[in-house]
Amino acid sequence: MFNRNYKEKTIEYVLFAVSALTVVILFLICLFLFRDGLLLFEDVPVSSFLTGKFWYPTSVNAQFGLLPLLFGSLLVTAGAILFSVPLGVASAIFISELANPKVADFLKPFVEILAGVPSVVYGFFGLVVLVPFVRETFNLATGQTALTGSIMLGIMALPTIISISEDAISSVPSSLKQGSLALGATRWQTIYKVTVPAALSGISAAVMLGMGRAIGETMTVMMVTGNTAVIPSFPGGILDPVRTMTATIALEMGEVPQGSAHFHALFAVGSVLFIITFLINLLADAIKKKYRFKVD
Amino acid sequence: MANIKTYAIFTVLVLGLVFLGIGCTGNDAGEAGAPSEEAPEAEAQEIFIKGSDTVLPIAQYEAEQFMIENPEKSVAVTGGGSGVGIAAMIDGEVDIATASREMKDSEFENAEANGITPIEHVVAFDGISVVVNPENPVSELTFDQMRGIYNGSISNWQEVGGEEMEIAVMSRDSSSGTYEYFKEAVLLEDEYRPDALTQPTTGAIVSEVSLNPNAIGYIGVAYLDDSVKAVSVDAGEGFTYPSPENIISGDYPLSRPLYFYTDGEPGGLTKEFIDFVMSEEGQNLILEVGYFPVQ
Repeated sequence: MFNRNYKEKTIEYVLFAVSALTVVILFLICLFLFRDGLLLFEDVPVSSFLTGKFWYPTSVNAQFGLLPLLFGSLLVTAGAILFSVPLGVASAIFISELANPKVADFLKPFVEILAGVPSVVYGFFGLVVLVPFVRETFNLATGQTALTGSIMLGIMALPTIISISEDAISSVPSSLKQGSLALGATRWQTIYKVTVPAALSGISAAVMLGMGRAIGETMTVMMVTGNTAVIPSFPGGILDPVRTMTATIALEMGEVPQGSAHFHALFAVGSVLFIITFLINLLADAIKKKYRFKVD
Repeated sequence: MANIKTYAIFTVLVLGLVFLGIGCTGNDAGEAGAPSEEAPEAEAQEIFIKGSDTVLPIAQYEAEQFMIENPEKSVAVTGGGSGVGIAAMIDGEVDIATASREMKDSEFENAEANGITPIEHVVAFDGISVVVNPENPVSELTFDQMRGIYNGSISNWQEVGGEEMEIAVMSRDSSSGTYEYFKEAVLLEDEYRPDALTQPTTGAIVSEVSLNPNAIGYIGVAYLDDSVKAVSVDAGEGFTYPSPENIISGDYPLSRPLYFYTDGEPGGLTKEFIDFVMSEEGQNLILEVGYFPVQ
């Protein structure tokens, strides 16, 4: 009796230690990222980093302005969301509400395969297929634009949005739907007046998580957006090259002298990115909790 | 309560083992990257080379051939960038640092502070060619025109004798040695135009230029193929095409030396290896990987 109890507890504590380790790792990442990022402000005032309009890290008068990179990331992410939310939510509604179960069983694994494609493969596809297409369609000097990045990121965010929205829609209690149908609503009225509103917080969480995926993506955007560190105009800037925060870190980390202002600036950019994705995840979590309560 | 204590100790032990494991791998890597300090240098049968990714194919190929001829000796080569290699040599971690640029004054100062005397060896030449899409009628550019295209004062192909279309300017990222070389040689004191497209690799430049009739880019001659067109450039002495003959003879103006740096005059295996690279056989190997010999 004692022995069995002992084993049980041991397993429990080992599992606790393992899961606690993730928290410790996250905490250490924060610590090192912020520590190196904050060192930038010994050389550069905080305001000129946060509101600087120019990113010239290697010129004689180096300037580390966050704005071109921040707006680059936001523009590409916003475009990706505009593209992927309608498609993703529509697919989720179709899969969970309308599709014949056989068709749904066929579609679902394909959506999941989309999530498993490595980002460099998406980037390569974008570079070879989408970039020339965008250039010819809009008659531009180059097809490496924010729009190209948005479309690629939209495709990459689709699996996240589809599978989480689909979960949300299928977990709407059937009593709600039956009630609506019993009152004489058509199938379509039931979907857009009852089912989707009831699943709305789940769908919002899906959108937030898709956004987190898009803003943190590096390889694909680096390959297709041209990486020009200029503040994009709005809305015309969607057809200009942009540079995101992630691409900047990946491009410049290679040979930056350790301990230089440039090195710390890249960490500071990383810290900003971390804070943004952290907030998005928190928000998604908060929305999800609310949604769980609603279903109960 | 006694149980909880036991579990706590057990947990600590597990965590300790995990960190011990992490610590061990870290140490192994550290030792592998640094030459053994106990063995006297003259008798070292193993040397370490680190540095430029541009020089990497040369160093790698030379090391392979050298080790085939001297199976009992070992030459370990890693990349990472010119700055990385030079920093490693200054810290005494490697025997040879490879670089696609000269050492900077600040790096010489650091070396001096560490008691290191860097000696420069030019082992090969690399040609940089300016490439455009094969459909582009432009096939000659002067240095002034290239400077204009890259600093932003020229934005249309018409201004350099081409068709009426906007120029899409391709550049490399700032950690590339080619980026710094091109800035020094062509842009002189200017900055790259802010709307130049930054490509993460030479391959990406080749791919975009081959697909986009508006594009211009710069790449190492070793990467030239039929999908792009190299232009002849003029530094004031007539247009020169980046052919092997022109680069070896020094007529082509966009070529740069590639360096090995050692601490003091090389001795032992380091000297043997550099002698091998500079020998006729070694210099022929350099041609095979797409670069150009010194002699």
